[in-house]
Amino acid sequence: MTLPLIIRKSLRQHALSTVLTALSIALAVGLWMSVWIIKNQSQQTFTSVNAGFDAVLGARGSKLQLVLNAIFHLEASPGNLPWSDFLDIQKHPHVALAVPLAVGDNYRGYRLVGTTLDLFQRAEYAEDRKFAVEKGGRLFMPGYREAVVGSFVAQSLKLKPGEKFHPFHGLIFDEKQQHAETYVVTGVLEPSNTPADRVIWIPLEGIQNMSGHNPDAATDVSAVLVKLSSPVAGFQLDILYNKQGNRLTFAWPTGKIMSELFDKIGWFDRVLALVAYLVAFVAVMSVLVSLYNSMNERRREIAILRALGARRLTVFGAIVLEAAAITALGVLGGFVVYGAIATGVAGVIRAQTGVVLEPLAFSSVMLWAPGMMLALGALAGIVPAIKAYRTSVADHLVPSS
Amino acid sequence: MNLLEIQSLTKSFEKPDGGSQTVVNVAGFVLAEREQAALSGESGCGKTTFLHLIAGILKADSGRILIAGKEMTALPEPQRDRLRATTLGYIFQTFNLLQGYTCLENVLLGMSFGPGADHAFARSLLERVGLRHHLDHYPRQLSTGQQQRVSVARALANRPRLVLADEPTGNLDHKNSRESLALIREACKENGAALLLVSHDREVLGQFEGVRDFHQMNQPAGDRA
Repeated sequence: MTLPLIIRKSLRQHALSTVLTALSIALAVGLWMSVWIIKNQSQQTFTSVNAGFDAVLGARGSKLQLVLNAIFHLEASPGNLPWSDFLDIQKHPHVALAVPLAVGDNYRGYRLVGTTLDLFQRAEYAEDRKFAVEKGGRLFMPGYREAVVGSFVAQSLKLKPGEKFHPFHGLIFDEKQQHAETYVVTGVLEPSNTPADRVIWIPLEGIQNMSGHNPDAATDVSAVLVKLSSPVAGFQLDILYNKQGNRLTFAWPTGKIMSELFDKIGWFDRVLALVAYLVAFVAVMSVLVSLYNSMNERRREIAILRALGARRLTVFGAIVLEAAAITALGVLGGFVVYGAIATGVAGVIRAQTGVVLEPLAFSSVMLWAPGMMLALGALAGIVPAIKAYRTSVADHLVPSS
Repeated sequence: MNLLEIQSLTKSFEKPDGGSQTVVNVAGFVLAEREQAALSGESGCGKTTFLHLIAGILKADSGRILIAGKEMTALPEPQRDRLRATTLGYIFQTFNLLQGYTCLENVLLGMSFGPGADHAFARSLLERVGLRHHLDHYPRQLSTGQQQRVSVARALANRPRLVLADEPTGNLDHKNSRESLALIREACKENGAALLLVSHDREVLGQFEGVRDFHQMNQPAGDRA
């Protein structure tokens, strides 16, 4: 009971410095876990999201741009490809499914993507999971000016079945670029937690024939999503389009292409991690400094405890445990800081990409980062503990003026 | 049987000029079990250092201190701490109560490093010194006389065989001084503890039958270069 009592009393007596030091630890632990978990979850999620397809076929250009455009609905299309290219790959014996996409318009910043019903009726965006329309709605009919709205778009723009809208030209919203056509919302997709939630889906012909678009490209598509029937086909098509041909690009496998993106921005992760480590170092040093600075005023208290029979090792241990206790309080606060940062960042990522992170899912860093911080905090207590250990009892039993 | 026995005890301190000054040089001193004795002496004559040596707070340069048959001067520091925690109680002139702790917690600390915390006994001691209604008060909430009584209760908390009191009434007024001294003596008697009190106050010393003159007992050799 003695050590807990001494530590509790000391924490209370130095409440302000305890709270401030614990806050710095909380910030460090929260930042550390946030950087680690968001980095790992982002990488894991972005490299596994593929809308249920293995590859993307598009105009000659960057594979990454193709994947970002066709799978994540970010980036501009590198160009169009003729309808005949879609038909060719669709007929390939090792292609299980090919779905054409056409882009080029938006509604209030959310892009319109033209496609066929195969995307909803045949494709599985995850194992045994197809895109489905919420109750009260239906899919668009090919050839009609109808739209199925992604759940995030519906929530954001408050679109419901039966509502009408005019698309705008381009991928960036510009009020002056409104098209004359009127589209009717026929359904809202159930949330899929994929980039499809941020898209307004219309029939392929809608984009192709939108007023103001080039009539010569009316049968072109922006990209083709490809599902292979065997992994070997990927190698064959890679050679066919990328090595033997020079007109189209076959982006395969999509996960590997996305991981190359993360490799390219890996330096940014390392900078963030370095910042987190520096904050952790400063926080640990704050434990050391706050305890060390309090030692002068605590010498009499230590001398009294020693006079009552406390051993040098007892006061040494009390200071180390006090450092650990301050760190433990900070670690608890760190989970709150982590929750706030990670939830906020996950919200931004979802709003910008449609990709959903799970910040509250368990990760091993939730054990080892607080554990490491606790150990470092206790270690930081050693320097002031040595000062306490060396306190001369006889010299400090009288009050200092 | 002697509870405390001191033989040829010396203690010197280093001076700023590099020389040393002998502060304590006591040829012999004994105190029997349950005996209550007072040492007289003016301020600065080495009385506090003498008590610190007996308590094991300071280590003697030479000589022997035997407490309840154990040679304090031969023990390593952890065992000196242990002997102090189990055998000795100490009442300081400035009380030395821990300001962040309640009366009850201060008394509990007095026993924590020795026999262990005993809440019932700590409460009974505070009741005995008249602080039944002040268990949860902090020292700053008490009068000087009440603080002195807490320090008496704390000195007896580890059921000591010897209580050392260093000018225990030095900070009290005349009335409180008399009451406090009576309390210390009664409480030690009730708990079977011997008492060694040092003071320069003639009225305090007049309460004791066997007053020893520390100035005569202590023969410091003077300064050495």
